[in-house]
Amino acid sequence: MPINAASVVIGLSYASLLFLISVGLSVVFGLMRFVNLATGALYLVGGYVAWSVANRTDNFWLALPAGALVALVIGVVIERGFLDRLLGKELMQVSLTLGVAYIVADVTRWIWGGDPLRVRAPEALRGSTRIFGSVVPTYRLALIVIGAILAIVVWYLLERTRWGAYVRAGVDDMEMLECLGVNGRRIFSVVFALGALLCGLGGALGTPVTGVSPGIDSQMLLMALIVVVLGGLGSVLGAIVASGVVGMVDNMVRTFWPEASFFVVWVLVALVLIVRPQGLFGRAV
Amino acid sequence: MLELRDLSGGYGDGSVLNGLSLTVEEGQVVALLGRNGAGKTTTMRAIFNLLPQLTGSVTLRGESLRGLAPYEVSARGVALVPQGRRIFPSLTVEENLLIGARPPRSDSKLRWTVDEIYSLFPVLRERGRVRGTLLSGGEQQMLTLARSLMTQPLLLLCDEPSEGLAPVMVDRVGEVLQRLRAAGLSILLAEQNLDLALSVADVAYIIEEGRVIWHGTSADLLANEDVQATYLGIRIQGD
Repeated sequence: MPINAASVVIGLSYASLLFLISVGLSVVFGLMRFVNLATGALYLVGGYVAWSVANRTDNFWLALPAGALVALVIGVVIERGFLDRLLGKELMQVSLTLGVAYIVADVTRWIWGGDPLRVRAPEALRGSTRIFGSVVPTYRLALIVIGAILAIVVWYLLERTRWGAYVRAGVDDMEMLECLGVNGRRIFSVVFALGALLCGLGGALGTPVTGVSPGIDSQMLLMALIVVVLGGLGSVLGAIVASGVVGMVDNMVRTFWPEASFFVVWVLVALVLIVRPQGLFGRAV
Repeated sequence: MLELRDLSGGYGDGSVLNGLSLTVEEGQVVALLGRNGAGKTTTMRAIFNLLPQLTGSVTLRGESLRGLAPYEVSARGVALVPQGRRIFPSLTVEENLLIGARPPRSDSKLRWTVDEIYSLFPVLRERGRVRGTLLSGGEQQMLTLARSLMTQPLLLLCDEPSEGLAPVMVDRVGEVLQRLRAAGLSILLAEQNLDLALSVADVAYIIEEGRVIWHGTSADLLANEDVQATYLGIRIQGD
């Protein structure tokens, strides 16, 4: 198996993107027991908006927050506008997010067309860097650093702040949390919005690497679902570790057996679930 | 303090409560007794509006609690010590304690500070950094009691606090309830352990199939072995 610094960097940079789209999905599921199938669509929107802003302003650092913010707005509209009316109806909520995903996919195709678009990495991060005897794209290295920083930030927020304790308690036992005087609905709204923000940011960060084109939304959604199931529903640590595992495995299989990368990842997940049905870091329900 | 009138309802497949009425006076400890499945836990859930179907009225100090979200019921001054304790496994002891912490209420002379809680439950201070569910059963019961006090309640709903505890811990729960009673907290106490319930309660209600079939003072019930045998057969037959 061709393991060298380059393949590790490429795998981990992909893992950064996977983490950004899956952490919100995981915590949202943990809180309200429903799957946000618009996750991939939010990634797609983040990418397209970043492309437009980068093209107009020629400034990648403006494109990132723009993509993230538009995804945040769409997330808030979904949550406040629609999910709020479907409290406790998980199947309806899931169907609704699927509907949103289709609408977003069509609208983006209408606005940005069907051709793959690509954003150039910012000036400072173009080119390549030599690391452990391999030459790797500098932007990929930056992605790993950004992903690691964001993972630490999310972990800190959830594990070390009062607000994070509300979220963890809500994942454990939402009803009990509410009986102690905490408005669980508000916690959920904030988590959903932040999840959308991270998806959009992921989409924007991903444009120099994967580009953005129709179909990348469903592809990323599938990968995010794999990460969430593998890591354990509701677990941030699970999302971090599983993103790393999936990113690395996917990339390594791609280099020597490209057609089978998806298959191998699924087999890996299936094997883990046979041994640990709750995922790597999930608690048995 | 708390008044339940004609509560009926349940979970969809048949009603659990069938016209249940009871009153908890200010500063009173009221025992809610009955066999398994009589509707004790369901009564407590009804007060927090956690039942899909419910009719009747629930008032706290004259104000209706019906239609409020559970967190609003908590804000009005009701706290739940749930059956099975329901400690948050992802939280440390300290986090479990602080999760519902609220400043003292202006409309009550009762106030619980963290220091008071720790002096009432010293073990919680020692084990503050440990995950809540790593405590022993008795310690977890202390934690769930302490956790609900941190919400500065006017009324405590205590659902089977002695369940599954060793006798020495049951006594400890009894002591704590006595202290809370002495402090002037109103308590609705659902219990299977008749000795514990009657040692702290002023008044007792016996319920069966979701309605009250006997009520009176604890002294009356203690003296009346017929009632105990007929309605609380658990004690005599041990089933």
